[in-house]
Amino acid sequence: MIKRKGLKSAALAIAAFSLIAGACGSDSDTATEETTAEVTEETYAALPGEGILACQVTDTGGVDDKGFNQISYKGMQDAESTLGVEIDLLESTSDADYAPNLQNFADKGCNIIVTVGFLLGDATKAAAEANPSTNYAIVDSAFDPPIANARGLVFATDQPSFMAGYLAAGMTTTGVVGTFGGINIPPVSIFMDGFAKGVAYYNEQKGATVKVLGWDTAKQDGTFAGNFQSLDDGKNIAKSQADEGADIIFPVAGPVGLGSAQFAMESGGKVKIIGVDVDMSVSNPDAAEVYIASVLKNIDAAVLAAITDTVNGVTTSDNYVGTLANGGVGVAYTAVPAELQAEVEAIGQGIADGTIKI
Amino acid sequence: MKELIKSLRYTFLALLASLLVGAIIIVVTDIDALKSGDFGKAFSTVFTAYKSLFQGSFWGLRSISNTITGTTPLLLSGLAVSVAFKAGLFNIGATGQMLAGGMTALWVGFTMTGPGWLQVPLAVIAGAIGGALYGGIAGVLKARTGAHEVITTIMLNSIASFLVLWLLKTTTFQREGRPDPISKLVVDEARLPRLFGFLDGRSDLVAHAGFFVALLATFAYWYLLKRTTLGFELRATGLNSDAAKYAGMKSKSLTVVAMLLAGGFAGMAGATEVLGTYGYASTSLAGNIGFDAIAVALLGQSSPIGTLVAAVLFGALQAGGRSMQANTDVPVDLIIVLRALIVMFVAAPLLVKAMFRVKSQVTSQGQTFRGWGG
Repeated sequence: MIKRKGLKSAALAIAAFSLIAGACGSDSDTATEETTAEVTEETYAALPGEGILACQVTDTGGVDDKGFNQISYKGMQDAESTLGVEIDLLESTSDADYAPNLQNFADKGCNIIVTVGFLLGDATKAAAEANPSTNYAIVDSAFDPPIANARGLVFATDQPSFMAGYLAAGMTTTGVVGTFGGINIPPVSIFMDGFAKGVAYYNEQKGATVKVLGWDTAKQDGTFAGNFQSLDDGKNIAKSQADEGADIIFPVAGPVGLGSAQFAMESGGKVKIIGVDVDMSVSNPDAAEVYIASVLKNIDAAVLAAITDTVNGVTTSDNYVGTLANGGVGVAYTAVPAELQAEVEAIGQGIADGTIKI
Repeated sequence: MKELIKSLRYTFLALLASLLVGAIIIVVTDIDALKSGDFGKAFSTVFTAYKSLFQGSFWGLRSISNTITGTTPLLLSGLAVSVAFKAGLFNIGATGQMLAGGMTALWVGFTMTGPGWLQVPLAVIAGAIGGALYGGIAGVLKARTGAHEVITTIMLNSIASFLVLWLLKTTTFQREGRPDPISKLVVDEARLPRLFGFLDGRSDLVAHAGFFVALLATFAYWYLLKRTTLGFELRATGLNSDAAKYAGMKSKSLTVVAMLLAGGFAGMAGATEVLGTYGYASTSLAGNIGFDAIAVALLGQSSPIGTLVAAVLFGALQAGGRSMQANTDVPVDLIIVLRALIVMFVAAPLLVKAMFRVKSQVTSQGQTFRGWGG
């Protein structure tokens, strides 16, 4: 169950191994890490964030989870380079770490503390109430009832998913597309729902009969892997959907979707994948050719927006909602015919200005 | 007393050795310092890291409180693995048993309304029963069908975590207005009282009375092993089940009893987490504790006092690791490496003896559990 396998821990593990085995690591692995440290040594005298300390507490995934912790930290780093704020990070190894980590940061005098994921919800609430002069922002969650100095960073991911559904319907050759989720919780199912509605919209507009596997809009239920870890599950679900004729699959399940990409690789081009959260043709270069597009959830933009507010002296309990209009969500195109891409973009415009209702 | 000194000596030597290796790892991974050849800086990093590791675990009230909080579930689930070890069973199912116990305690914790002196013990006992029943499944499977407990407990872990996920989505357990799998809050009367609750305004001191539950359980475990017939029978079965059977002990029902006890301890670990540390349950309630418990039991050589010492050590590392991370650039992952090294250094002599099939007095102090054929 130990899933913390990041760069730093890998380096530690390698170091431990080479010490114990009596073997010395080659000098070449040190060369790759040298570059990171020196970039930040510029002067930020003119930047507005001078003197502001922005801090992030990760959930148990760690900062190198290739998921929302990592993207949130990218937002922190963006704030460091564009606003000139100082940033700090604490990783959590278990749920028991959340409260002490938040306490450490409150003691340290952080101006804004960004927490990642609903698991930190209760700890963040307690910390925000105990430290009213510190701003808090939580990724992918929100507070009900609202807290004056804490806000949620949430995303209207049904919007880009709707576009992706239209796109998939426009590109399928078999007339069947598929989707599945990790666990049936709203942050996941909202993608699948938007996707299915996008397909339905395509059918309505073009008089087509493209079928969606894995999500039933009426029942609000569908296919779920039951976890966010198992690549094998991703492979098997993709295979069974492909057996039912699907040639484009949209997995909303974190690393499980990487298994689907593996299956798509092995299918020899018969099955294509739509990525989720980030541009997966970039983040998963080994399987870049199987992605036709990705649904983007720009958590980094949300984190940057929250820190910008703090730098400007704004304390609010209003949630940040990432939409197509404010760039908090979007679609990245990898291998989409130009004509279809233009159609999808037009739909995105329509959603953003409210002429198309999801 | 002799036993205490012996287990302390083992643990201390292992700790020392692993801190040394840990120091080398910190130096080796401090790329910037190595590149500039600045060994003074590298060594000061090691010094600061270990200083905050110590300060974060024992220096000051908050640190001690954090260590106690970390120790509590480790000790209880460590006992769950230890008692099974003593009976010759390898209980990898502490995670599942914790979840089962945690959910039962939670249910009692938010449905019952009564005075605290009744609510709290009731909820803890419910947790123990829930865990015991869940652990008992593996025991019955082993006794009736011979299914190996390593396999069944691992499978039961998965079943428990999916069961919890499902339960947390039902209206009985899910908190109103929350879309994610998170439980209702335990009512205040059923929360384990905070140890430092008498200090006003110190909400950061999170240690709770679950620690006393754990200490009490440790004493009960000691009493069971050393003062009762059942404990003797368990130990005899663990050392040589054939001999025990020949002596008239019912090894099958002893297997079930051992797993019931193990589940009970782990269930209490889940209960104290839910009723003390969190006040609610989530899918990651058990975390890695069920697996860390195996290391605790190995390190403590399944003895009551050894398990206690090992659990305090691991709890201290957990608490200290956080402040180490906050005060230096050394990643918290080093703690996982340190823990692994400690266990390795303790286990290595036994491992080597086992590999070369050397029979000596020392091996009998280590873990004995039947292998795959047993």
